[in-house]
Amino acid sequence: MKKYPQFTDEHEMYRKAVRDYCEKELAPNAEEWEDNRLFPREVFKNMGELGFFGARYPEDVGGSGGDTWYTAVYAEELPRCKMAGLAMAMLVQSDMATPIINEIGSDEQKEEFLAPAIRGEKIAALGVSEPGAGSDVAGIRTTAKKDGDDYIINGQKTWITNGSRADFITLAARTDPDDRYGGISLFLFPTDTPGFAVGNKLEKIGNHCSDTAELFFENCRVPSRYLLGHEGAGFYYIMQNFQGERLVGALTGTAGAQIVVDNTIKYCQEREAFGRPLTGFQVTRHKIVDMETRLEACRTLSYHATDLFDRGLPAQREISMAKLMVGEAAMEVIDQCLQLHGGMGYVEEGPVARAWRDTRLLSIGGGTSEIMKEILSKLMNL
Amino acid sequence: MKILTTVKRVTDPDMKVRIQPDQSGIVTEGVEYKMNSFDEYGVEEAITLKEAHGGEVVVVSIGPGAATKELRTAMAMGADRAILVETDADLDSDAVARVLAEVVGREEPDVIIMGKQAVDSDRSQTPQILGSYLNWPQATFAYKVEIEDGWAVVGREVDGGTATKRIKLPGIISADLRLNEPRYASLPGIMKAKRKPLETLTPDDLGVDIAPKVKVLNYEAPEERGAGEMVDDVDDLINRLKDEARVI
Repeated sequence: MKKYPQFTDEHEMYRKAVRDYCEKELAPNAEEWEDNRLFPREVFKNMGELGFFGARYPEDVGGSGGDTWYTAVYAEELPRCKMAGLAMAMLVQSDMATPIINEIGSDEQKEEFLAPAIRGEKIAALGVSEPGAGSDVAGIRTTAKKDGDDYIINGQKTWITNGSRADFITLAARTDPDDRYGGISLFLFPTDTPGFAVGNKLEKIGNHCSDTAELFFENCRVPSRYLLGHEGAGFYYIMQNFQGERLVGALTGTAGAQIVVDNTIKYCQEREAFGRPLTGFQVTRHKIVDMETRLEACRTLSYHATDLFDRGLPAQREISMAKLMVGEAAMEVIDQCLQLHGGMGYVEEGPVARAWRDTRLLSIGGGTSEIMKEILSKLMNL
Repeated sequence: MKILTTVKRVTDPDMKVRIQPDQSGIVTEGVEYKMNSFDEYGVEEAITLKEAHGGEVVVVSIGPGAATKELRTAMAMGADRAILVETDADLDSDAVARVLAEVVGREEPDVIIMGKQAVDSDRSQTPQILGSYLNWPQATFAYKVEIEDGWAVVGREVDGGTATKRIKLPGIISADLRLNEPRYASLPGIMKAKRKPLETLTPDDLGVDIAPKVKVLNYEAPEERGAGEMVDDVDDLINRLKDEARVI
């Protein structure tokens, strides 16, 4: 049996609550929500009421003041809903678009944006990527021009998870066109601001139940109290924010792949070919052991990164490595699981197809594998 | 209103049960445990009643030290405090009822709500035996509970339909599975549960002799079910049910 001593009884109780909720309330709707290309908005509200978004936020903003292992438990159990798209939407809400508000936001900003996001009443999105700038954050062109006490925002964002129905966006925009790194600022942008428009919902090869949108900003006027942190410090904030985002990506990716492997093991023990179960063939057993070993390595590295992050120690190296390793391993492992399922792996109603599609995102979203390698190259002074 | 509810730590009913080679019990190695699902309905109902009428929910378990997990879960759902009567022995229903009767004597609740049976032993006896020891009225297999003016009006699931029973409190209600939808423990609830009081007693502390009156001689696995068979048509099915299975 797998045992990881950092998890206490409370963590395990939380694990059971998230797992039960995902398996009983969400997973039975997977086909319908995937077909609809959207899951209902109430999921945010329900999860908010259960306190799932507030694990490591302080109690004064409505969180539970837990450690990062609560976040790990949550990230690991979300894939039980059988929709990586929904898991991603929830992680955006709790761990990608909002942590930076907690870290640098004013009390008023926390009250207006963070607390209702934790309660699941306001849907949050993170607006960084643009048609011309993805992982190259310093390349963004959306502008925020100071005008009296306001900022006027113009530009375009894309690949924005929760984008079509977010109530606010943690938005990166350029406040100085001439300063590539020092000219970016963060804003809390309410989506009922005049001049804001949602373009097409983007059709993706996976994560079907999650809405991913293009967003347009035309002379959107926001008061300067919605500037998050200091003007010009946005690039630094985003890089800092990416750490938590990539960490939960690694944790949820490993756990999602583990579910597929566990199901594949069961399948191989039951499915017979040539008069014996598939596990009766050495080639199957060795393949399974290889997959299990790879995921254990992914998990151990992710846990090591979680531990450093939780202690407030520098973790960029380990988080980048975990994100890189999981992104690649999860894809390859699930591809092998599909192969072991044969025809059942290729059909839509089989237990692997959706996970196979969804997992393709892991080496792209939250910074590509290549970007992780560039970060690591720099850290290694190569 | 003071409400007493009970939880039993049971083996996960979804796992495959294996019998020990000497037939003395089931294999417990590597087995997962959880709260008896009927007790989840009982705990939920207790909390719902407290929310409506005010008061306190006390949750009781009899079992090993590890049963604190199930007690903490009940407190994470909303119970106020817990009592563990710690023992590693496997008690029969009568002993469980006698232990509970002592706890009830100390706590003097207005109502007891417990699962109708435990999903491991499936005996469905404890609420009834407890009613007898306490000389309290009981309404078993509840699908609906309403409390008013010192009485409980309980909708009950009975063979062939439902029945409604009105009992004077203090009384005992046993929960059936259509009583409610047990809530999920919220994370703030889980955090709070850590700080709620949990008292540990032993059967000795309560002066109860837990020596079993019922002895289980041996455990046997049921016969393996054979493979199903496809029949040609409905007529064939009816004939086979009549002549071979002799069930119609």
